[in-house]
Amino acid sequence: MSKNIQIYTVLSILLVGLTFLGIGCIDNENGSDEQITTEERSILIKGSDTVLPLSQAEAEEFMINDPDTSVTVVGGGSGVGIAALIDGEVDIAMASRNMKDSEIENAQNNGIDPVLHIIAWDGIAVVVNPENPISELTFDQVRSIYNGDIKNWKEVGGEDRIITTITRDSSSGTYGYFQDNVLQGDEYRADALVQPATGAIVQEISHNKGAIGYIGFAYLYDSVKGLALNEGEGAVYPETETIISGTYPLSRPLYYYTDGEPTGLAKEYLDFVMSQEGQDIISDVGYFPVV
Amino acid sequence: MLKMRYKENAIETLLFLASAVTVLILFLLCIFLFREGISLFHEVSFIDFITGTAWYPTADPHKFGLLPLLFGSLIVTAGAIIISVPLGIACAVYISELATPRVAEILKPFIEILAGIPSVVYGFFGLVVLVPRLQNFLNLSTGQTALTGSVMLAVMALPTIISISEDAISSIPSYIKEGSLALGATKWQTIYKVLLPAAISGISAAVMLGMGRAIGETMTVMMVTGNSAVIPGFPSGILEPVRTMTATIALEMGEVPQGSEHFHALFAISSVLFIMTFLINLIADFIKKKYRFKEAI
Repeated sequence: MSKNIQIYTVLSILLVGLTFLGIGCIDNENGSDEQITTEERSILIKGSDTVLPLSQAEAEEFMINDPDTSVTVVGGGSGVGIAALIDGEVDIAMASRNMKDSEIENAQNNGIDPVLHIIAWDGIAVVVNPENPISELTFDQVRSIYNGDIKNWKEVGGEDRIITTITRDSSSGTYGYFQDNVLQGDEYRADALVQPATGAIVQEISHNKGAIGYIGFAYLYDSVKGLALNEGEGAVYPETETIISGTYPLSRPLYYYTDGEPTGLAKEYLDFVMSQEGQDIISDVGYFPVV
Repeated sequence: MLKMRYKENAIETLLFLASAVTVLILFLLCIFLFREGISLFHEVSFIDFITGTAWYPTADPHKFGLLPLLFGSLIVTAGAIIISVPLGIACAVYISELATPRVAEILKPFIEILAGIPSVVYGFFGLVVLVPRLQNFLNLSTGQTALTGSVMLAVMALPTIISISEDAISSIPSYIKEGSLALGATKWQTIYKVLLPAAISGISAAVMLGMGRAIGETMTVMMVTGNSAVIPGFPSGILEPVRTMTATIALEMGEVPQGSEHFHALFAISSVLFIMTFLINLIADFIKKKYRFKEAI
């Protein structure tokens, strides 16, 4: 009797094993089929939330022009996109900062050769609530506000109100860019609010009279006020002309990273982005063309 | 006849294997979590991690101090429990003792719906509705505070607390209640002096499970608590931004290079979180068992 039970136990384990084996085989066949038929026609783009609205607009237009293709665009932050490129998961990584040395090293260890393409320019606006009387700050003042030396608006000539500083989380390329260029390597004050998305920063500032934050120029709507920045040569407002001419101090390039020189659909897509039509889209979205 | 027997056994074995998979998954999860977490202590001393007061994961040199995040989680959870427990118990008492069957039938599905709302919806509601109002009402520098998180978590923990407390109160043998009423006690006296003490272990289990729900919640908390990694003061910290352990993992996992110290630090936090929720569930289970034993007598 007990021997029979044993036999049945062994048989059922075998059955389960075979089932999984079967599932595995079916999956594999499907997978390889898909790769052959769709590799030419679909690409995956991932990374910076700053570049995201731009890539989405470009991808939509690109797919309208050529309906057989599929361009998938995913956000998450520059770090996420670069990590995915290093792991070979994506065709193009969007980034609003340069790859770090450690990331390039990791990529090379994985057999990935990251190639940089500048696709557009962006300005970072330092923004406050529209009811805040302050309309310009010097670079040093912004730095002091963000590293915690200045805690009240009256110290920079405003109302007697506590300053609520807002930053992005560390996955954001803008976070790193702002730390390098404005804080000049200082740490963000520990009690700064950390928001998981640029939209959340705009939301908080639009109803908080004491808040200050930094956002990509494309997100600058009427619900927040962009400050003029003074790097020592007079205050400059974040505007299209000042960013293109480079007089606005916080203008930066936006990047696509590919593994080696792009081929196939990735190349077609990149050529489209760099074409006159593609660069016009960049202006429509609120960024600045490179050509 | 004998054939039937074999069939029974085969089915039994299959079902056993299916349930064994859960144990296996938990086991593998533990191994992976702890292995990655412990790797941190090759580079950073365990004491520095547990007693560190600063969390600067991307600075040079790194500072991986658990305390701001641990206290952030604790203060938000404590606030949630303080708000949700009285409300939850009151609701459970009403449903099981005072409400007419019809009202109870209407209330219960609503409470269940509350449990089914995705956490990101709670978070969005908190960010857009509660945050600005709390800021204006209390005249704060920002509405993204520990209190905001506590209020949202309290709402989210309510269904757990209500349904388990209600079960505990309903399962008290009716002769206990009838005995109290027969002795001339009023309804309120019966509830307060007889039913609640009799159901106390079930209610405690409900509170523990609600706490487990609150401490592990991520999305809602990340959206409304401001995420400043500072050790909250007490009691002033309730009205200041805090960052919880869960929000830290969610915020930073995107950027972190695999295998780096920061990566291991996030796993170390996950391990701490896992141990805490595990203990809470264990305590809840223990209390529940005790209460079943009481009922049997």
